[in-house]
Formats: sequence, structure tokens, C-alpha cells
Amino acid sequence: MDTFNLIADASPLLLKGLESTIKVAFLSLLFATVLGLFFGLLRVSKRKWLQMIAKVYVSIIRGTPLYVQVIFFYFGVFPLLFGRATDAVSAGIFVLSLNAGAYLVEIFRAGIESIDKGQMEAGRAIGFTHGQTMAYIILPQAIKRMIPAIVNQFIISIKDTSLLATIGIAELTFTAQTIYAVNFKAFEFLGTIAVIYWVLIYVLTWFSHWLERRLAAQ
Amino acid sequence: MIQVKQLAKSFGNLHVLKNINAHIKRKEVVCVIGPSGSGKSTFLRCLNLLEEPTAGEIIIDGINIMDKGTNINTLRQKAGMVFQQFNLFPHKTALENITLGLIKIKKYNTATAVEKGKALLAKVGLLEKADVYPRNLSGGQQQRVAIARALAMEPEIMLFDEPTSALDPEMVGEVLQVMKDLAQEGMTMVIVTHEMGFAREVADRILFMDQGFVVEEGTPEQLFFHTQQERTREFLNKVL
Repeated sequence: MDTFNLIADASPLLLKGLESTIKVAFLSLLFATVLGLFFGLLRVSKRKWLQMIAKVYVSIIRGTPLYVQVIFFYFGVFPLLFGRATDAVSAGIFVLSLNAGAYLVEIFRAGIESIDKGQMEAGRAIGFTHGQTMAYIILPQAIKRMIPAIVNQFIISIKDTSLLATIGIAELTFTAQTIYAVNFKAFEFLGTIAVIYWVLIYVLTWFSHWLERRLAAQ
Repeated sequence: MIQVKQLAKSFGNLHVLKNINAHIKRKEVVCVIGPSGSGKSTFLRCLNLLEEPTAGEIIIDGINIMDKGTNINTLRQKAGMVFQQFNLFPHKTALENITLGLIKIKKYNTATAVEKGKALLAKVGLLEKADVYPRNLSGGQQQRVAIARALAMEPEIMLFDEPTSALDPEMVGEVLQVMKDLAQEGMTMVIVTHEMGFAREVADRILFMDQGFVVEEGTPEQLFFHTQQERTREFLNKVL
């Protein structure tokens, strides 16, 4: 009963941590989607140098650990650019967006390339520009196919927010750490946040299945 | 209307079109025949720049379409294209396939676009299929929708790239009928086809292509019954 009371007492703190986790994850995934789409379109461009820009981006991010990226930008890059007063939350969102964005580039590339090239030709033959054909014809079909892969990346990135505890963002993991630092109940509090993460991911997975089914019915 | 001069197209070391000269007059129906790999489809696809020619000139209504200044998208609206594999947009209904270009390119309002789309569906005999998605249409029906989609942009010329080659035999007739009607209305048409009977009946002129050249051209009568070139005769003997 003691344990239960401890967790109940800490629940306002944990909820604040959860709120922070959700906020960071939501904003990061939003920016990551924009980055992924933008560099994904560069990646399938006919111009080699545009492709190269996207390839270099993806290669650097995929080739280095997220943990290193987080501390490199927070302790290395941001202080150089903005001085000492770097806001951890902004830095965290920045790095996570950059990271998830790179993985989404490959998802967008694969999705776009999976659409029959006759679709692009048909669009162009009618008189659409390359961009219009992408927007009205290719992407609506491609995104439908990409949903499972995108959701998978979203799940990974949501869990990756826990790494941001390192730079002192008061998200769920950081909150649990500060609590058990005082009462030494590491098992109880790490167990609790594990359950919270699981529920969060479960809800997202359920939503993605619902979305897939809805789109398939169309 | 279309003047093609010394057109050449290579894919790397593969010279698909070597030296094509052709002239297509307004309201003329020209069929292009020849063995596979002869460059027929590539020639057709050069006419709306789906393939970029390596050399030569293509002049449509006095404008050299290979000039850098030519607006490719405006040009393509003038030339409707029908593909072997239909290439309908699978996420759009038959009607939406037709109205998409009208709404987004020609800036029609939805009501006008729908009205025009339905009129075109009626023209190809598929008005009752307006709200059906392509996957629920037969091949012949899909190709008729594709023709209606191309017609929606009010092209001055229609390009057909083996429009019946992917169809089950019993569906070839309905597509050819729509094309015959178009020809009778005076549409300028260039048709790459293996349907010799259709070519003989509908074409004003037939081009026989082989190995990247136009080997012989003439009226169906001349080409089929007064064949000049040995290569043409060989081909016709095989397919007729």
C-alpha cells in the first residue's frame, strides 16, 4: 500500500512529465515529417546534386548514435551558435526532429518509388507540372502505403524522447529519475513510467490500425 | 500541324530512333505500325516530350517544342495521351479522373467540371460508372475512361500508345469503336497499334517503322496492297 501511495503522491509530477514527453514528441514528429517530406522529394529528384544533399543528411544521421547527436548539439553546437543560455527543450526538439526526419526521408523515398511510373507520366501528359503530379497523384497514393512505416518511426521517436533526460528536459524519464533519487524506489517508478510509455504507444498503434482500415475502405 | 524533322533518340548506346521525318496534317489519322522494338512508342512519346529527343526538330503549329522557351505543360494540354496500361489514377473515381485536370489546371469550378466530366463519360458510354473506382472497372472500361480523361483537356491531337494491347480480346472492340467515333469527328490522331484491321479501316496514312526508321509510309491501300519495301512485306506477311 505504501508503494501505491508513493506513486499516487507523485502522480502530478509524473503527469507533468508525461505532458512534456507528449509535447516534445508531437512537435518533433511534426517537424520531422516536414523534413522527411522535403528531403524525401530531393531524394527522388532527377537532379543528382539535390539527391546528394538528401543522401548526405540521411547518411550522417543514420551513421551516428542519437545519444551522441543529442549531447553534440546541446553541449557542442548550440552554445557556439547561441551562447550559454541554450534552452534544452528547443535543442531536444531540434535534434529529435533532425533524427526522425532522416529516417522518414527513406520511408518517403521508398513510398514514392513504389508508385508505378505510369502515374507520373499520366499526370504530366495531362499537363500537370512535376510538383502538381506529386501533390495530387503520387503522394496521396504513396502516403497510404507508407502509414505503417511512418507509425513505426513515430513509435521509435516517442521512445527516444527518454534520451533527452540526459540534457535535463523534465520529461517522463527525467521526472522518474528525480523522484527515485529522493526516495530510492527505482523499481517502482521506472516500472510505472515503462507502463505509461507502453500505454502511449499502444494508443498510437491502435489509432494507426484504425487509420489503415479506414483508408483501405475508401 | 506536326512536323518532325531528323528526330533521333538514344538511350545510352541504344539508338532507338535514328532519323525520323514525318508530317501530320490537321484532322489526319495516322497509324504507326511495326515490330516490337522498332521505336514506335518512343516516337509517339517524343511528340509530347515524355521522352526527350536526342536530336532533331518537332514543330507543332509553328512552334519548335524542343526550344528551351516552350512551356511543356501548355504543350501537353494540347496533346492528349492514352497509354497501353491505361494509367488511371487509382485513388480517384472515373469521374474524378476526368475532372482533376479541369479543376486544377483549367480552373473550372466543381459544378462545371462535373458537368463536363459526365458529358465525356456519356460520350464513351460509361456515365453509369461515374462514381466507380478504376479497380472495379474492366480493362476496356478503364481505357475508355482514360480516353475521356485525355479529351477533357480539349486537345488538338490525340496520341494513342498501343491502346488495346493490354486488353482481353473481347474488350478491344469497344475501345476501337470510341476511337473510330473520334476519328469521324475530325480529331487529329496518331495511333501506335498492332490492330491491322483497325489501321486499314480508320487510318488516312500508315507509317511502317523498323529499327528506328520510317521504312515506308502511305495510305492503307498503298501500304497493304502495293507494298514497296521488302521489309514491310515481311512484316505484313507475319501479322496478317
